[in-house]
Amino acid sequence: MAKFKVNGVEHDLDIEPDMPLLWAIRDELGMTGTKFGCGIASCGACTVHVNGSAVRSCVLPVSAVEGQAITTIEGLAYAAAGSTQSTPSLTDVQQAWIDHQVPQCGYCQSGMIMAVSSLLASNPNPSDAEIDAGITNVCRCGSYPRIRKAIRALATA
Amino acid sequence: MKISRRRFIVSSAVVGGGILIGYSATRPSRHRIANRDLAQSGEHYVTSFLKLDPDNRVTVYVPHAEMGQGIHTSLAMMAADEMDADWELVNIEQAPATDLFANGAVVKGFAGEFGLPGFLMGLVNVSATKIAEIANMQITGGSSSVRFTGNTAMRTAGAAARQMLIECAANRWGVPAEECTTALSHVQHNASGRSFSYGELAADAAALEPPTNPMLKDRSQFNIVGKAISRNDIPAKVDGSAPYGIDYHSDDMLYAAIRFAPVFGTKLVSVDATEALKKRGVKRVVELEDSVAVVADSYWRAKEALKLVKSEFEASSNDTVSSADIAARFDAELASSDGEEDFESGNVEDAIANAADTIESSYRVPYLSHAPMEPMNCTVHFHDGKADLWTSTQDALGIRGRVAKIAGLNENDVTYHFSYVGGGFGRRLPFTWNVIDHATLIAKEFDVPVKTVLSREDDMQQDYYRPAVHSNFKAAFDSTGRVLAWHNRFTGPIQVAGASHIPYAIDNQSIRMVEGETHVPIAAWRSVDHSQQTFFTESFIDEMAHRTGVNPYQFRMDLLHKHPRHQKVLQVAAEAAGYGENLAEGHALGIAVQESFGSICAQVAEVSVGENGEARVHKVTAAIDCGWAVNPDTVEAQVESGIIFGLTAALYGEITIENGRVANNNFPDYEMVRMATSPEVEVHIVESGEALGGLGEPATPPIAAAVANGLYILTGQRIRELPLKNHDLSRTNPIASV
Repeated sequence: MAKFKVNGVEHDLDIEPDMPLLWAIRDELGMTGTKFGCGIASCGACTVHVNGSAVRSCVLPVSAVEGQAITTIEGLAYAAAGSTQSTPSLTDVQQAWIDHQVPQCGYCQSGMIMAVSSLLASNPNPSDAEIDAGITNVCRCGSYPRIRKAIRALATA
Repeated sequence: MKISRRRFIVSSAVVGGGILIGYSATRPSRHRIANRDLAQSGEHYVTSFLKLDPDNRVTVYVPHAEMGQGIHTSLAMMAADEMDADWELVNIEQAPATDLFANGAVVKGFAGEFGLPGFLMGLVNVSATKIAEIANMQITGGSSSVRFTGNTAMRTAGAAARQMLIECAANRWGVPAEECTTALSHVQHNASGRSFSYGELAADAAALEPPTNPMLKDRSQFNIVGKAISRNDIPAKVDGSAPYGIDYHSDDMLYAAIRFAPVFGTKLVSVDATEALKKRGVKRVVELEDSVAVVADSYWRAKEALKLVKSEFEASSNDTVSSADIAARFDAELASSDGEEDFESGNVEDAIANAADTIESSYRVPYLSHAPMEPMNCTVHFHDGKADLWTSTQDALGIRGRVAKIAGLNENDVTYHFSYVGGGFGRRLPFTWNVIDHATLIAKEFDVPVKTVLSREDDMQQDYYRPAVHSNFKAAFDSTGRVLAWHNRFTGPIQVAGASHIPYAIDNQSIRMVEGETHVPIAAWRSVDHSQQTFFTESFIDEMAHRTGVNPYQFRMDLLHKHPRHQKVLQVAAEAAGYGENLAEGHALGIAVQESFGSICAQVAEVSVGENGEARVHKVTAAIDCGWAVNPDTVEAQVESGIIFGLTAALYGEITIENGRVANNNFPDYEMVRMATSPEVEVHIVESGEALGGLGEPATPPIAAAVANGLYILTGQRIRELPLKNHDLSRTNPIASV
């Protein structure tokens, strides 16, 4: 059994304790915004927030998040608005991704946005070195220059 | 050019810079089929690619896959602009995967007139497939969508629509069509101040035969094309709602994890699934010719249970083959054969015999995997003698046909469901069928949807790879340093014609290809042969420049006097990058240029050597002449993307063969450029006004040579073998001056 909250909703799942959180979210809950990329926590496509901090869910067993609050890309705006009652607009990070036309194929961008949101929450004005150290996700389309521009714009906003 | 009614689309230049399109894409029968297949009550199609609703909304059906290149938006822009539609009223949808939208029709039109487009040649060579089969594809590749579908079909469809709407309005008002104008989805009669919305005319327009020769706009008349329009696919990609093939979900679905024969081309011999079948959620173990799969009620359970399956695959003569063996074989083939002609001019042997100076160099690059971020996957649901299909593909129609063929169904009984593509790069083109075939055979044993997913390791080890290539060069100079001869022998196969050819004015050239085939499966990889060949030719031309003591930029410019477009992009990139000016201490600039897929891209890479002797790329300044820009922001994005994709290959890309199989497993041993290693990229668009060029690929080829050429200046080490990670650059012996 595994009990945790996803985007404010309590779930009580009859699953193995060692099932990675990624597969509980995707296959058990049917929420597909969080992506499978490498399965070994190397690429970051599966990044979600646990209690507000970015973690790579593909190697995180559900037993490790027992009773905790998880936010996925689908719930990011709700979490930022502190509410599940009304539909909030996009977060500043999501809007910056549109403004800077960041995504290409887009597959990595759920994880990218979760990672960047977490970075900026703890460090609103990161240096280039801090961006490099903090954002290690893989984007095969090479959206990195635009990601950096978007982060800079957010930092100075 | 003569316009033939039997062709679908034929184009002709018009004096004064316009373009005339002979248009018969919507033959009357085709037109009626479109209406029958797609129309709902009150909706009317004015062409195969456009739908105009009575509420004045236009829907553009794009028969290409959106994989981040912005093709849905760019093609819709082209149709909407010709139509004079209000962009705010334009919806974009991917065309259904049905025969009606086969872009093979466009391809066939061109094949008849100009020969088969170069980007398809590789597919034909690889598979021995006939043109007739290609005509049933809905292919996205070869940087072709804007050039072919966009510039012919989409624009023509839009222009035809506009002309038909004008005709309707003129008839209703009883005025000559010439007195009517169009703007923002309205037809106006300025003399009387009357106006109809397009939607008000839709019903009447649907009754008209489309014109055969609608006049297309001159570039100066564009209102939408040429603007940096925001892509329509991006909002869904920032909130997790964009559907990819891997995202199909239903409560009753099953999941398959698969183990392939590790050595390519071998078969499954035996399986013991006893332990796996005891595991929770496991439904069945499926044995296929070259693989074994576990089907379970979650992918993780299937994957975990697969670890418990004991399997044996047949032995093969390739079981001991290594990358070193393949390299030795290539070298032996190059030493023993003069190969097949690729390009010959003048008399190279005489020129070399009479030369004052010659240089020789040997280059090589390894196999590469595509490694799109979305792992390979395919979901098939068989029910009631039909099938539903979800997968990310660069050829929806071809995939539909493939699933039907494997399953023994009629193509029309297979329904492909749209998804975005989480990276293609050639991995999701036709003939790279492995996940599709396997998923179909596995799902056929069930009556619920079954999603087959390749893990990252599976995909890396069961890809169809960019070929490893060896290339040997010799060049000859006279006593003044003038280039007399260019001699090149490389291992094939040739997947796309002309990639080894050079634009430089060298009278005597001999370029020949010897077979380089192995048991490793190959396919097109972003920019196909250009990525290997440009590293070779643009590195060797750089060697030649240094040999003669002329700086590499000037050396190229001097030899490009017959190619002003090449000169222009080189000049723009060099000036913007500050070529020849002072740089930061320990930095150098390397330069390269290549034409591919109709566009010419020059790049200047600013490089240095890191603390551990590794290559560092700080900034890449690129100039691209793609004729003209449909959407400047997506042009820039594709150049940024192409450079970083090529840089990943140059720095890290190496698939290693050991014991007949791929030794790499996952990203740590097939590393990617990430934030910390990504350069700043500056893009300059050079609009020559020449024919539209492609954009998905042309920025990938030059970067490896540009980086290596810069590193040579810093270290005196000439990089003749990629990837760069295998070179210790800390041994520096900077060259004196350039």
